[in-house]
Amino acid sequence: MDKLQAVSPCAGLLPITIGALTVEEVDMWPITSVTPFSGASGSVLGRALGMPFPAPLQSTTDGDARLVWAGRGEALLMGAVPDANLGAYAAVVDQSDAWAVVTLTGTGGADALARLVPVDMRLSAFGVGASVRSQLGHMNASITRLDGDTFMIAVFRSMAGTLVHDLARALEAVAARG
Amino acid sequence: MRIPCPLCGPRDRREFYYKGAALDCPDPEAGAQAWDDYVHLRENPAGVTRDLWQHEAGCGAWIVVTRNTVSHEVLGAVLAREAVL
Repeated sequence: MDKLQAVSPCAGLLPITIGALTVEEVDMWPITSVTPFSGASGSVLGRALGMPFPAPLQSTTDGDARLVWAGRGEALLMGAVPDANLGAYAAVVDQSDAWAVVTLTGTGGADALARLVPVDMRLSAFGVGASVRSQLGHMNASITRLDGDTFMIAVFRSMAGTLVHDLARALEAVAARG
Repeated sequence: MRIPCPLCGPRDRREFYYKGAALDCPDPEAGAQAWDDYVHLRENPAGVTRDLWQHEAGCGAWIVVTRNTVSHEVLGAVLAREAVL
């Protein structure tokens, strides 16, 4: 019998570099949706997660693991297996295979995103660690600033091809302006 | 048009889904007339009105937006679960 082989969401599509900007796929396995139960205290949640539950529009980190605010009462735990006790305080759902996650790196990343996302992503308005749920083109997306010139973009896995297409067009347009 | 999401801040209208007038849901035992009013009767105000919107491309929250149908001014928004109707 044939063996099934795991294929990452953007396999064969990335990396791409256009002008000063590079888009790469990143492995954030595992990705877990964490939806705290009403009444779960922040300190208990923080202990079970290893980092504070993020306020809206923020993310928190602990080493390579990152907890990204993902909507009202929800965050995505990326890069860490959740503590077994977490289920007592929150609904915990494995979404590792549901997301396509890429980074956009280089000078002018905010200019490229300005062509796609209706939120101000300049460093002055969107600091390191900030995170939004918004739209990239017509796709619902989660966008987080990892550092000064690196953004992490997550969209639903089925949209991986469209994500790469839309980002490539935006990068070309930014590069064309010199 | 920008809508001030209580969680996300001011966002473009494209991120929101419109539901309709924000009404107080009657008690399940309130009777046919109250439920008929709730389902079918709507005010058509010239002035301040309140609507339910969902921030579907953002935080996912249902919000009650206060706006003016004459001036088109958006006056504010609160989370639906915290709204007093």
